[in-house]
Amino acid sequence: MTNAALCFEGIELKFGEREILKGVSLEVPEGAVVALAGRNGAGKTTLLRVASRVLRPSAGRVSIRGAPIDGFSRRHLAKELAVVPQDTPVSFPFRVIEVVLMGRSPHLGVLGFESRADIALARDVMARVGIEEFADRSILDLSGGERQLVLIARALTQEPRILLLDEPTAHLDLAHRVAVLDLVRDFARDGRSALVISHDLSLSARASDHLALLAEGRVLDCGRPADVLNPENLLAAFGIRADVIQAPDGSPLVVPRSAAADAMS
Amino acid sequence: MKILTPMRVLSSLSALGAILLGALVVGLTAGPSGLGVGEIFSVLGDRDAVGPAADIVLRVRLPRVLLGALVGACLAVSGVLFQAMLRNPLADPYVLGVSGGAALGGILVLSLGSAVGLGYEAVPPAAFAGCLLTTAILYAIAGANARASTTSLLLTGVVFNAFASAAIVFLASMAGLTESASIFLWLIGSLSSIRVEVSGWVAAFLVLGLGSTIPLARSLNLSALGGESAEQLGVDIDRQRRIVLIASSLMVGAAVSVAGLIGFVGLMIPHLLRLIFGPDHRLLIPASALGGAAFLVICDAIARTILDGRELPVGAITALAGGPLFLWLLRRYHQRVLS
Repeated sequence: MTNAALCFEGIELKFGEREILKGVSLEVPEGAVVALAGRNGAGKTTLLRVASRVLRPSAGRVSIRGAPIDGFSRRHLAKELAVVPQDTPVSFPFRVIEVVLMGRSPHLGVLGFESRADIALARDVMARVGIEEFADRSILDLSGGERQLVLIARALTQEPRILLLDEPTAHLDLAHRVAVLDLVRDFARDGRSALVISHDLSLSARASDHLALLAEGRVLDCGRPADVLNPENLLAAFGIRADVIQAPDGSPLVVPRSAAADAMS
Repeated sequence: MKILTPMRVLSSLSALGAILLGALVVGLTAGPSGLGVGEIFSVLGDRDAVGPAADIVLRVRLPRVLLGALVGACLAVSGVLFQAMLRNPLADPYVLGVSGGAALGGILVLSLGSAVGLGYEAVPPAAFAGCLLTTAILYAIAGANARASTTSLLLTGVVFNAFASAAIVFLASMAGLTESASIFLWLIGSLSSIRVEVSGWVAAFLVLGLGSTIPLARSLNLSALGGESAEQLGVDIDRQRRIVLIASSLMVGAAVSVAGLIGFVGLMIPHLLRLIFGPDHRLLIPASALGGAAFLVICDAIARTILDGRELPVGAITALAGGPLFLWLLRRYHQRVLS
């Protein structure tokens, strides 16, 4: 048994006959940001859905600080763990502040009216995420990137111990990508943890303490980003040849080769 | 718009409560007998009131106005609940086929009941039985598993409604002239042949529906951003769908079984109130009860008085008044948003 903030042990999961996860074991230590990368369909989002108990694995278990999540009530789990989805369907014109305040739900009673402290927290988080100026706009009127920032603010307002982010920077411009990853780093600074799915390997390598590569339903490699991001692993995980160079701050930069360059070499 | 607080809920519901009271007074005074407000209040205040005025107020108008309010509340609340559960603002209480089942049950008795000795008094129980049967079928097919897409639930309802409509057309074409007139009135929705003794049942289902779904109001807000997202915020989405499906189906069944298929209330009132108060279900559910009640009472008063000596089915008024009013509100809303 491990006391990692979040621990996956031998997770297996099938959709019909298709095996998505084939014995995934992964630890997210307390106070750490772990990046999860892999090609489309590798099982990254499925793993996040298993952690939030939306999907039940056919084998293996997920635990939070050593306690299996099967023993948690839904509300308790939502206090421990918040999820930022890639996108979310929206059916009614809730205002941004109302959506952000939905993050307080696990902490509220049956009818759940938010206290002044809840509202102050939501406004503070919105300021940190940089969305305070559209607090009163309908979420239906926002762009994909703005909506993604609202979902990040909602997850932070949930005040969880663990944050799961599914491609949180997919719709964002470069400045917002850096800002969001800095927010995730800040989040993990005081003993909390984050697991971030990202296709931007260089940026997530800069922002994370560990990087796990998922390939064909298994963890191919996990460790310091500089160790994991090497040409052999990139070929095995993504099926492409790439060079890994060092940025001025020492973090690895992945430079994919084009097929033509590959042929020439 | 401010953040929803208990005080804002209370003040909004008080305002709607005052509108409902006004509508009840209008409903009690409207009619050909020329009774004034003073006379009506003196009858209501006198326990031993007798005479023609007491008969008109206590035996004719009061039961009708109260039942109209209950039916309007049931339809509007189930409308807002179906819209929330299906995450579809175009859903109405009749979308899942529950009304089709109830209508089929009622019309079976209307068209064939006389052959087996069943009179008009058997129509509401038969309609309600039709509603229960449809709810059971829906629940068995798509209701028990909230992860099954809402589309499959909607499709089941649409198919069932189409089947019920075909069966109703068949029964209506087989019926005699008198039965056909009753069927027509029932299909369009009317409060003209209500029975006082059923009011208690409708009230009980309304209270049950509100009592079981108001505690879910916040989780219905969370479901607006997807079922999975709501689960990740601690909502038991299966339990939520079960309660909403059963509670709203029972309210629709109760309403349809006593008044037929009154259209537009369940679609329009939640929309109208959402435009005014916002989409938060903690306010929207009770507000729909009061708004739906007031709207149907006013529409019924118009139906009774708009033509001299004749009464229109209230369903015709809800559609005639509701449609243009709704379009006007929608236009105003879009102008406000664009400005």
